[in-house]
Amino acid sequence: MAEKLMKYADATKKYDVVFGLETHVELCTKTKLFCPAEVHFGGEPNTQLTPVSLGLPGSLPVVNKTAVDYAIKLGLALHCEIAEWSQFARKNYFYPDMPRDYQISQYDKPTNGNGYLDVELEDGTVFRVPIERAHIEDDAGKNTHVGGADGRIEGADHSLVDYNRAGVPLIEIVTKPIEGAGDRAPEIAGAYMRAIRDIVRALGISHARMEQGNMRADVNVSLRPSADAPYGTRSETKNVNSFRGIEKTIQYEIRRQAARLDEGKDILQETRHWDEATQTTAGGRVKSDADDYRYFPDPDLVMLHITKEHIAEIESQMPEMPRERRNRLKAEWNLTDVQMRDILNADALDLIEDTVQAGATAAGARKWWLGELSREANAKGVSLEELDITPADVAEVEKLIADGKLNDKLAKQTVSGVLAGEGTPAEVVAKHGYKIVEDTGAIEAAVDAAFEANPDVVEKLKSGNMKPMGVIIGAVMKATRGQADAKAVTKIVMGKIKD
Amino acid sequence: MTQATNELVKLSAAEMAAKVKAGEVSSRELVDAHLEVIEAAEPSIKAFLKVSGDVAREQADAFDAKSAEEKAQLPELAGVPIAIKDMIVTKGIETTAASKILEGWVPPYDATVIEKLKAAGMPILGKTNLDEFAQGSSTEHSAYQTTHNPWDTERVPGGSGGGSASAVAAFEAPLALGTDTGGSIRQPGALTGTVGVKPTYGGVSRFGAIAMASSLDQIGPVSRTVLDSALLQEIIGGHDRRDSTSIPEGPRPMVAAAREGAKRDLKGMKVGLIKELGGDGFQPGVEARFNEAVKKLEEMGAEVVEVSCPHIGYSLGAYYIIMPSEVSSNLARYDGMRYGLRVMPPAGVPQTAANMMSYTREAGFGDEVKRRIILGTYALSAGYYDAWYGSAQKVRTLIIQDFHNAFQQADVLVAPTSPSTAFKFGEKMDDPLAMYMNDIATIPANLAGVPAMSIPAGLSDDGLPVGFQFIAPQQRDEVMYKPAAALEAALEEDWGGPIWQSMKTPWLNAAE
Amino acid sequence: MPTFTREEIEHLGDLARIALTDEEITRLQGELNVIADSINKVQEVASDDVPPTANPIPLEAYLRPDVPETPLTQAEALAGGPRTEAGMFVAPRILGSEE
Repeated sequence: MAEKLMKYADATKKYDVVFGLETHVELCTKTKLFCPAEVHFGGEPNTQLTPVSLGLPGSLPVVNKTAVDYAIKLGLALHCEIAEWSQFARKNYFYPDMPRDYQISQYDKPTNGNGYLDVELEDGTVFRVPIERAHIEDDAGKNTHVGGADGRIEGADHSLVDYNRAGVPLIEIVTKPIEGAGDRAPEIAGAYMRAIRDIVRALGISHARMEQGNMRADVNVSLRPSADAPYGTRSETKNVNSFRGIEKTIQYEIRRQAARLDEGKDILQETRHWDEATQTTAGGRVKSDADDYRYFPDPDLVMLHITKEHIAEIESQMPEMPRERRNRLKAEWNLTDVQMRDILNADALDLIEDTVQAGATAAGARKWWLGELSREANAKGVSLEELDITPADVAEVEKLIADGKLNDKLAKQTVSGVLAGEGTPAEVVAKHGYKIVEDTGAIEAAVDAAFEANPDVVEKLKSGNMKPMGVIIGAVMKATRGQADAKAVTKIVMGKIKD
Repeated sequence: MTQATNELVKLSAAEMAAKVKAGEVSSRELVDAHLEVIEAAEPSIKAFLKVSGDVAREQADAFDAKSAEEKAQLPELAGVPIAIKDMIVTKGIETTAASKILEGWVPPYDATVIEKLKAAGMPILGKTNLDEFAQGSSTEHSAYQTTHNPWDTERVPGGSGGGSASAVAAFEAPLALGTDTGGSIRQPGALTGTVGVKPTYGGVSRFGAIAMASSLDQIGPVSRTVLDSALLQEIIGGHDRRDSTSIPEGPRPMVAAAREGAKRDLKGMKVGLIKELGGDGFQPGVEARFNEAVKKLEEMGAEVVEVSCPHIGYSLGAYYIIMPSEVSSNLARYDGMRYGLRVMPPAGVPQTAANMMSYTREAGFGDEVKRRIILGTYALSAGYYDAWYGSAQKVRTLIIQDFHNAFQQADVLVAPTSPSTAFKFGEKMDDPLAMYMNDIATIPANLAGVPAMSIPAGLSDDGLPVGFQFIAPQQRDEVMYKPAAALEAALEEDWGGPIWQSMKTPWLNAAE
Repeated sequence: MPTFTREEIEHLGDLARIALTDEEITRLQGELNVIADSINKVQEVASDDVPPTANPIPLEAYLRPDVPETPLTQAEALAGGPRTEAGMFVAPRILGSEE
């Protein structure tokens, strides 16, 4: 049964939007949060387990220092207050993919509290998202549903459980209720999520690949008649795992809730699910007192003490944050907003910076990565990073051009050779004998031959019409197999027509 | 049974170790002698859920095959066998916590204490009976069998560690490990005339001890002499990085303290009598033996003072909130998914994962365990958390303060271990509250995390053993070993030998 | 003072995933009310100025280095499983609403 929806523009005009995001970020530690089982994506089921992560009787959790360090890093990046004493609690509920049938999480004493993140929107507006907390917890295993339609839980006959993911460290970043976003709520949510992704990647604490489930968000939306009214009842859409999905969830929920409110209906406090296929959210389960998680301090774990020295040590390792870095590079490279956005959209910022660091000019590096190499990546259906060429290779090609050893055409051929796995640019050049013909005698002979073959062109040139110059250059290039320098050819042609 | 076997198994563990060291007896001979006693005693005692004879013989042979140099590197008790409460995980040996829900579970790993025993060359005789998941005070709540008290096989051995206590009392093992959450080592010690020690919380690693109530549980020694417990506690104690609640320090010098105590000189030591533990509810024979023992301490030079722990009356209440709360969470993992029992719902009930869990847990847990899980689920639930769990945690603070204050006035505190001697089977099974009262004098030490031990103080008017409890400050376990060893020596002089001389042991003669 | 009603014990059975029988509910109701009566007095001394104790020994968490150790083999992990298939543990039908 399709739900009634109000037009988005009408809904946001009529109601004040309040939303919140609970983002789960999977940390890329080597081992799990509470045991030394090695974590890697994929792998045979139930092979990344110790007695602790399998929840065997008698096993006990011990906190992974790197996970705590990563949490502190994120806390610093989000301007949080980092608690000197924090505590792990048990969240008790039964589910087949939870080895202990309780999750170890932080409850009333989280490591990070009370921060914010400034996110930049497309038009340059900066919106401050208030952060309630960023706490550490462990993940559950994975269920594969068997016997139903296309692996869905509904109608499945039974499920197969792989506990490899159980115990992988997560940080849950919880925003405060975000007010004042109005009709830009979806855009702000998307920008916030991308900013979180960029930050955790810059910090090196998560791969943040949404398609692999490294990052997922619960989206809370509520409406109220005006900004000074109390919060309305909110819906919670669980585990949305794409940026577009998050934006669309908020948009959809605003329209759905507005339509309900308009008809005088209640909003149920419920969990919902985003359905990518239908582009709608579907009602899940109404919150009830069955959600009694019976939190209490985990008696197997003692208080987590984070000293000022520990924080200072982490602070000294903090890299530049993505937004600051983007602004710096934009200025250094003298880019327009549009040029910068193109770089970001192509996911080429790191590559270009590395190429510049290897000696290329910013313009040169940008030209390669956004031009030839982007086309190549698109054609192959891979990311720029996955291409068989490094920023150092690109910088080397640029240097060969600058030194006058290659022209544009030879440079492209050299790059093709590198991409084809023929070796470094120097090796490719050596292998194919690419070089600009500097022997003016050879060029002059070729120019003479071209003049002879194209007397009409020569006439035009002599009369001052330079348009057909390309015909002569083309002929010379063909004769020298592309190794002549176009500038040198032009110079010789100009000399000859004056004679 | 030969006279030699009979005499051998009645030695203390330290004496057995000395014979091994002197080459008078091999570890294999010790193991065989105990396996022989086990075979003879088990029909009437039923202390063991599983006897691991082959494993023990193999371990003994491996020890005996070591060179003199290798043996010299091992702790004093090397070569002496031991029994393990079935609450402690043993790799390759079925471990059930005396529950149907874990029937047939063979762990793929060893508890830290088991690793330490193996490294010490101590063969493992088998797994001893207990109240299911260590929940009970009589061992009657075992899902498999009831263990009998060697002093009177019509009576319970106490609990939850009735199996370990009875095995050691009946000479089936010279030593055993127990777990103590509210008295499960000390109270059976009192009821069977053996020594039982609950170390400082965090003094012995809990890694591999099946959790009952994590903030209260502690593994400890069961033996027939104070020195044997000291020797064993030094082997199993010390920091373990796999247990976050483990104290980052080595074991205390307990063996030295026990040997010092044997000199029976307690001059300069202040002994605090806990005013609130005694009187009403304590059997007259228990009080009489307790008072006589206190007099002995005085005779050896100790100064006896009365101390007050005003909040001790709240400890039973706090315990029966904190313990079941932690139980309700710790026992959630037994859900029919990864190990142990699975029971599908009956026909007509949806065959879902949730229902499978509910029917598995209904079938797999006994009454006492269910009672505690339901009580704990309630205590943690929203709306009651502050009134119950929150209040209990505060009472815990007050009890810790009480002990702290008491230790300003005395070096070591004393109290009877159990209000009564061993009771008959079934006597308290229908009255949970009466059963819970057994632990009134042992629970405070668990709440406060302080070390405590029970040693035999003689026989009550009914001819059954009485336990005498010493309590020391946190992380000062050695402090109780000295007066305990002194009292043991003084009492044994009076009795003309160990307390077990008064015990009839028909099983030791049965084979002849 | 809390008193346990039948419904409450049924609800606790649901939360604790134990399919209690009618007789068990009746018995538990009686027993828990007696026990509750005796433990309820902890509130008498639990005043606001008393801090709670979660763990009797004041320790701070030891932080483990992020170094892998040998995991269980798949066979070891699955050995205790009541039902396994294709290297995984089998769960009966999971209802979405159980989450």
